[in-house]
Amino acid sequence: MNDEYTDNKIETKAADSSSGSYAPPAEKIPAQEAPDQELYHAKSFWTKWVFCQDAKVIGIQYALTATAIGMIGLILSWGMRLQLGFPETFSFLGPATYYQSVTMHGMIMVIYLLTALFLGGFGNYLIPLMVGARDMVFPYVNMVSYWMFLVAVLVLIASFFVPGGPTGAGWTLYPPQAILPGTPGSEMGIVLMLVSLSLFVIGFTMGGLNYVITILQSRTRGMTLMRMPLTIWGIFTATVLALLAFPALFVACIMMTLDNLLGTSFFMPEIFTMGEKLDYAGGSPILFQHLFWFFGHPEVYIVALPAFGIVSDLISVHARKNVFGYRMMVWAIVIIGALSFIVWAHHMYVSGMNPWFGFFFATTTLIIAVPTAIKVYNWVLTLWRGNIHLTIPMLFSLGFIVTFVNGGITGLFLGNVIIDVPLSDTYFVVAHFHMVMGIAPLMVVFGAIYHWYPLITGRHLNQTLGKIHFWVTFVGAYAIYFPMHYLGFIGVPRRYFEMYDSPYMTSGVGLNQFITVAALIVGFTQFLFLYNIFTSWYKGEKSERNPWKANSLEWHTPDYPPTHGNFGKELPVVYRWPYDFSVPGSDKEYIPQHVAPSEVPTAKAEQT
Amino acid sequence: MFVAIIFALIIVGSIIFHFWSPWWWTPVASNWGNIDDTIILTFWVTGAVFVAVCLFMAYCVWAYRYRPDRKAEYKPEDKKLEFRLTWLTALGVVALLAPGLVVWNKYITVPENALKIEVVAYQWGWNYRLPGDDGILGKTSVGLINDDNPYGLDSNDPNSKDDILVMDADLHLKINQPVKIELRSLDVLHNFYIPQFRAKMDTLPGIITYYWFTPEKKGEYEILCAEYCGTGHYAMRGFVKVDEEQEYSDWLAKQISFEKMLAKNKLEKNLLIAEKN
Repeated sequence: MNDEYTDNKIETKAADSSSGSYAPPAEKIPAQEAPDQELYHAKSFWTKWVFCQDAKVIGIQYALTATAIGMIGLILSWGMRLQLGFPETFSFLGPATYYQSVTMHGMIMVIYLLTALFLGGFGNYLIPLMVGARDMVFPYVNMVSYWMFLVAVLVLIASFFVPGGPTGAGWTLYPPQAILPGTPGSEMGIVLMLVSLSLFVIGFTMGGLNYVITILQSRTRGMTLMRMPLTIWGIFTATVLALLAFPALFVACIMMTLDNLLGTSFFMPEIFTMGEKLDYAGGSPILFQHLFWFFGHPEVYIVALPAFGIVSDLISVHARKNVFGYRMMVWAIVIIGALSFIVWAHHMYVSGMNPWFGFFFATTTLIIAVPTAIKVYNWVLTLWRGNIHLTIPMLFSLGFIVTFVNGGITGLFLGNVIIDVPLSDTYFVVAHFHMVMGIAPLMVVFGAIYHWYPLITGRHLNQTLGKIHFWVTFVGAYAIYFPMHYLGFIGVPRRYFEMYDSPYMTSGVGLNQFITVAALIVGFTQFLFLYNIFTSWYKGEKSERNPWKANSLEWHTPDYPPTHGNFGKELPVVYRWPYDFSVPGSDKEYIPQHVAPSEVPTAKAEQT
Repeated sequence: MFVAIIFALIIVGSIIFHFWSPWWWTPVASNWGNIDDTIILTFWVTGAVFVAVCLFMAYCVWAYRYRPDRKAEYKPEDKKLEFRLTWLTALGVVALLAPGLVVWNKYITVPENALKIEVVAYQWGWNYRLPGDDGILGKTSVGLINDDNPYGLDSNDPNSKDDILVMDADLHLKINQPVKIELRSLDVLHNFYIPQFRAKMDTLPGIITYYWFTPEKKGEYEILCAEYCGTGHYAMRGFVKVDEEQEYSDWLAKQISFEKMLAKNKLEKNLLIAEKN
């Protein structure tokens, strides 16, 4: 195999610099360190499309499954909103159903939709293509990872049909209430939830190891870490976080299952309920919260970092300008990832833990604002002096910036321990996290789908439907969550089935109705988006190769859309970062990563 | 053009909404006015950043919209600019954090003269216990709870005898008297939250948590449970009434002490037995 690379046309030395004083850097082609990967070639329909080992197909399987369960999460949110906007109107909504909807909506959206979609979906599809690998390093394990995820989803769905229904303990599943009879679904629902989460973690670990090892070991020649697209940096860091954080969730799930089924007392102190003292003694409910948030806070960044990475690439490509401050962007991602492990207890300021922790966790939390703010500056500075194409991916990226900055600054409220005291457990928190880790990452998901859909299917999504989708989703979601902060200022607590005629609420009734109507409209628009995805698959406008004129490797495969093995006979060799747009001195508007300096002798690109 | 205008309008709309909206804090009724000050400070600093970043973005979208003859700038880095922005942000963060931590320190430092009040939370309601004349709350244990002793008070502890038991969801407080709320839960997590006092803390079974405040405004304030605690969470309400000295003493006189309750229970039991015989 090695020999095949010698006849690459890129061994010419740097061309003479007749065009001016600028000399393009000499080309170094790193030697191939390992033989090319042998792939299993599927022979039947089943091994090709169902039990498939091709990361691209697995990515699509992940994405479709996550979307399907996500739509259930969406519909559950309607149930909640109908109750909040129009209480006592819908007889099918009792408090138990309401709390079950709240719980399942939260858990589905955070774990089964966003985590699975970003890492399982985009990770699988994009990692091998973008780093120049033929596939993941362990394709078989990768396949098992998806099937594990599917089983986890099925167990989750099964919990809707067991006696007592799914758990209604809130997505945080705090004990003791999660496993005591005063909470809906405390019979079988909670057990199935814990089992489903454990299965998810097992499945994710298989996939996650694949993503990390592929990125570290399987990059093509010349693809140094500092030439990787930020999408890959985001997914990579998020996966490392997930591999370190999910075990905490896993042990918490196992311990609570034991408390529930075997009567251990990990999280259960002495409790007097329903007129009798229970057999538990000596456990600590706060221990669970520490374990949960040691997972839970990195989880926020597991969702956010891939979004950060992807949106950087979208902005750069569609503004025809390099990402401003690429190295700073990489370091910001890594620093945010590292810091995310020492801020978890800012979710627990009023949990009853030692109040002195407040000083430490408020400080670490606010420090995170610095690298995060730098990322925001760099996104808008990438737009500055660009040549901005207002394509749908760009529109969603702009929507991301607005919603992310909005949700980010409210994080400065909640992270500052004393401000969290009045605001915690109010609608301010609900608005904050929906804006920052719901809407903002979803904006990126949508933008990314419009961006990469042509690569996956060879066709464009319908532009008119896309524009409607963007404007309704962005303006609608902003109209839902921006005013919601003010309910929190009044003091309206979250997770209230009904406020009755509390003095806080009388002024907020109209606002709640408005939010509900907006939520219904935004929700329906997502079905329009799904319609667009499915119909464009076979009748969308045909896409030419590399329609956005991007530089990263996934757009430059020999087959379009890419086929099994990704890169045909020869893997590409990389000479530059993926952001050489509008390079001065070059007649080409963009220079793909695999183009050698000798092929664009006049381009005054900086060495990357 | 159109896109940039809409983005700018959304930002302007947000500002207008803020000033126009009737939804804002309930007036503070405790000593925690500084919490409001910290929030206001954070609000203006972060609000300015939000508006500036988003309007700058909208400006870029307008000024650098696609034109076939335009060529984007090629500028991978600007170390000086990045350095300045980093330190400016760090400075802003310090300005927000420092006052916050000072107030937090106040929040967790209970004054000596604070009256201790125990809040007992259960699914789904509130009870209270006041320390009586000795100012000390007697010991309790979950194992001692029964129909005659709903708080699980230790009758061997001399401090428990004069403890005053308020078996009602409504609590009275004396104006300008600092109180240390000692929170105890019999079953699951709850949170004793009165929006007008700005303060809150979870109650947990197994440990006692606390916070303090001074009610400074006469009135009646609703108590809300602020930690999800099961199906009846939303109905776990009560009222705090902040009284002047005289009204407070009147209310206190109507409450029963632990000793008296034990005696009363005994009497009732004897009567019951006598009736049966």
